[in-house]
Amino acid sequence: METILEMRNITKVFPGVKALNNVNLDVRKGEIHALVGENGAGKSTLMKVLSGVYPHGSYEGEIVYNGQEQHFRGISDSEKQGIIIIHQELALVPLLSIAENIFLGNEPAKFGIIDWHVAENRTRELLAKVGLKEDPLTLITNLGVGKQQLVEIAKALSKDVELLILDEPTASLNENDSDALLALLLEFKAQGISSILISHKLNEVGKVADRITVLRDGATIETLDKQDISEDRIVTSMVGRQLADRFPQREPDIGEVVFEVKNWVVHHHIHSERTVINGINLNVRKGEVVGIAGLMGAGRTEFAMSVFGKAYGRNISGEVFIKGEPVDVSTIGKAIDHGIAYVTEDRKTYGLNLIDHIKHNTTIANLDGVSHSGVIDDMAELKVANEYRRKTNIRSSSIYQKTGNLSGGNQQKVVLSKWLFANPDLLILDEPTRGIDVGAKYEIYTIINQLVSEGKSVLMISSEMPELLGVCDRIYVMNQGRLVGEMPASEASQEKIMRAIIRAEGKAS
Amino acid sequence: MTIETAATQGKKDLATNGSALKGNYREYGLVLALILIMLFFQYTTSGVLFKPVNLTNLVLQNSYIIIMALGMLLVIVAGHIDLSVGSVSGFIGGLAAVMMVRWQIHYIPATILCLIMGGAIGAAQGYWIAYHKIPSFIVTLAGMLVFRGLALWLLGGQSVGPFPPQFQLLSSGFIPDFFGYPGFNVTSMLVGIILVVLMIYFSVRGRAKREKHGYQGEPFTLFVAKNLIIAGIVLFLTYLLSSYKGLPNVLIVMSLLIALFVFVTKRMTVGRRIYAMGGNEKAAKLSGIKTERLTFLTFVNMGVLAALAGLIFAARLNTATPKAGLGFELDVIAAVFIGGASAMGGVGQVMGAVIGAFIMGVMNNGMSIMGVNIDWQQVIKGLVLLAAVIFDVYNKNKA
Repeated sequence: METILEMRNITKVFPGVKALNNVNLDVRKGEIHALVGENGAGKSTLMKVLSGVYPHGSYEGEIVYNGQEQHFRGISDSEKQGIIIIHQELALVPLLSIAENIFLGNEPAKFGIIDWHVAENRTRELLAKVGLKEDPLTLITNLGVGKQQLVEIAKALSKDVELLILDEPTASLNENDSDALLALLLEFKAQGISSILISHKLNEVGKVADRITVLRDGATIETLDKQDISEDRIVTSMVGRQLADRFPQREPDIGEVVFEVKNWVVHHHIHSERTVINGINLNVRKGEVVGIAGLMGAGRTEFAMSVFGKAYGRNISGEVFIKGEPVDVSTIGKAIDHGIAYVTEDRKTYGLNLIDHIKHNTTIANLDGVSHSGVIDDMAELKVANEYRRKTNIRSSSIYQKTGNLSGGNQQKVVLSKWLFANPDLLILDEPTRGIDVGAKYEIYTIINQLVSEGKSVLMISSEMPELLGVCDRIYVMNQGRLVGEMPASEASQEKIMRAIIRAEGKAS
Repeated sequence: MTIETAATQGKKDLATNGSALKGNYREYGLVLALILIMLFFQYTTSGVLFKPVNLTNLVLQNSYIIIMALGMLLVIVAGHIDLSVGSVSGFIGGLAAVMMVRWQIHYIPATILCLIMGGAIGAAQGYWIAYHKIPSFIVTLAGMLVFRGLALWLLGGQSVGPFPPQFQLLSSGFIPDFFGYPGFNVTSMLVGIILVVLMIYFSVRGRAKREKHGYQGEPFTLFVAKNLIIAGIVLFLTYLLSSYKGLPNVLIVMSLLIALFVFVTKRMTVGRRIYAMGGNEKAAKLSGIKTERLTFLTFVNMGVLAALAGLIFAARLNTATPKAGLGFELDVIAAVFIGGASAMGGVGQVMGAVIGAFIMGVMNNGMSIMGVNIDWQQVIKGLVLLAAVIFDVYNKNKA
């Protein structure tokens, strides 16, 4: 098979850090080439070099594409050659329509006047190709994340793509949407389009990739062919050591009920006539890790946030009990005072002050813990920040590193540090390992285990079922704002959980 | 093993030193810029700039801008803006004149009432911004028009004055001299010396405390050099001021406020929460910070400071005019941005804003002495503001 892209000996140095060190990557025409590695291994940097975000001259090495050496000076250069990158954070304008987004900067126009008729018709064709049944005039903000992802791909198709780069395309998709997306990649492959797929989900990679290149610490470790691909093999290669067990062992020591929610009802924050959470009853015991499984949009985040000081929703009713006593959790401050903490699924938007450093982010939810009558004790704060940096194993130059410059896994550890320092009795974790690498995941599971062994309780929302099965003691299944199943982890399985969801879906429709 | 530990330890210290330098690098640069600008004008005005009488003027002329810059810094760090401060200070100046001159109210209750009124104005604007999420730009733009109009109405389009002599002392007074040494205010010099001693004491104590806890601060030489330079500058300026009439009252008020706001922003939970809110409001809210109330209080604070500035300005002119405070908001906002605050919120230092205000003030003063036309003064000030912000953005992108 002929080679479409060859990146030779790419070295990229940032002040003080060698992000890429003699990296080689070759992609064949019409193949799906997966790029895997821990966070900070250099995957995104490599793709930025390829797409011209880091222009020619700012790196060493050469890029040969379609047999010619390329000197991309910006994204528009690489796009002209048919290299399209779709970033993890989608770059769509929420208040514009699908058609407007697809042709943004590339509008079919004569003398600057846009021909919307052509744009809409072409959008319709493109949407058909990616299998999205939506009107071209629908606003992006009205689409779910999965559909937005498809719009991004349709946009790439509109530019005559030859090499499609997808950076963690399925990170925020549920299983169905992920499968649809992967099927689409296979279809593109049949049409001769090559793809580079960056993903942490190794099972997906194994399903669709023809070859896999593993990066570690800015260097190419190896490129594996399809027949050599196995999850264990990839993991070993990624972390450079054998990861005997994906989930650390724990001896459960479960006590009495510490947290209980009764008849919890929440309405949509804008359309207040819509019920988002419909009569939920659940409890968590001391020293217990309880999981909530469900599809995207099941209402799990909405439930957690509404319990956490009404951070979401309207017309909330129901009762919260802590150690059997009814408590008032009507504001976030009160919820924290009653020993509840909520670790968000979206650490960049809701979790961190990205322009500030680790120290300030660690103490912000519990400033009283490092201050006397409103005056912060510098030394106490320094001690706390260093202590939690060590406890959660945050990799950074010091506690004075800006959280915006940390990798996803380390950012997540800063958010965890913040809430651990708030010393809650119940820690609600919302997708605690989303978009972070295998090694960091293991560390976060270890922190969870440590926490419950100290007698705290954890309520964990996750869309990765193996994770729920591996970490939790008991699992609730949520669907469309209701609990549709509850099972001890020892009796649970992916099939059982899915069956509970599907049964509920059947009832609902 | 030992070698390895020593090596990592060394690396750790190096990193701390590096970040300590880097963190303060901008402030040092700003001070350096101010010193260079002062030396430049000292040269081009043939030594007029540093004449004690001019230095005193410089303080008097800029005090109200600096006082408002303290409040504006918090507003901008919180992610907002306040365009109304010029109009509010003008309105309060008018209110003070009406109360003291027309109604013959004693100056102390009148001053207190004016400050309360300022707070109330800040609260009225802050209420819409904080609890109803109306953009601060719009609310305070409206406030700018409303209070300019009210000032005109209140004064009936005329100037009202003069103020009682005790009230004038707020701006034109100097701290009393108990020694009576001719041509030199010994009390002022003593105040300056005491200040320097206190400053060095706290600085050394802070460093000792850090070291006791095993954290290394900036390198010793840098620490000593920094303290010596600051002490030298303070003593030199105090000496110059003392050889005229002494330290102006308003300088004392201003210095106390600066110290208070540095303390609030650097050491108090309230200050920390404002930065957190400006950096990421949603995250701050989910961390239990009452963002609405904090925003509201930021504007109340701004209103009180704008009122104080209005009183000082009126006392200085010894009359309240309907045009008082016109365009002040621009100088104040410019000072805060020159001082390194980010228009996106979450970033900015009190000392930066103060130095920024002085840079503007020295340029005004120096160019006026040089006889540069007012039109060109505006052009140059505009370019300096732009250059300062471009410099910031450039540095941020490079880092």
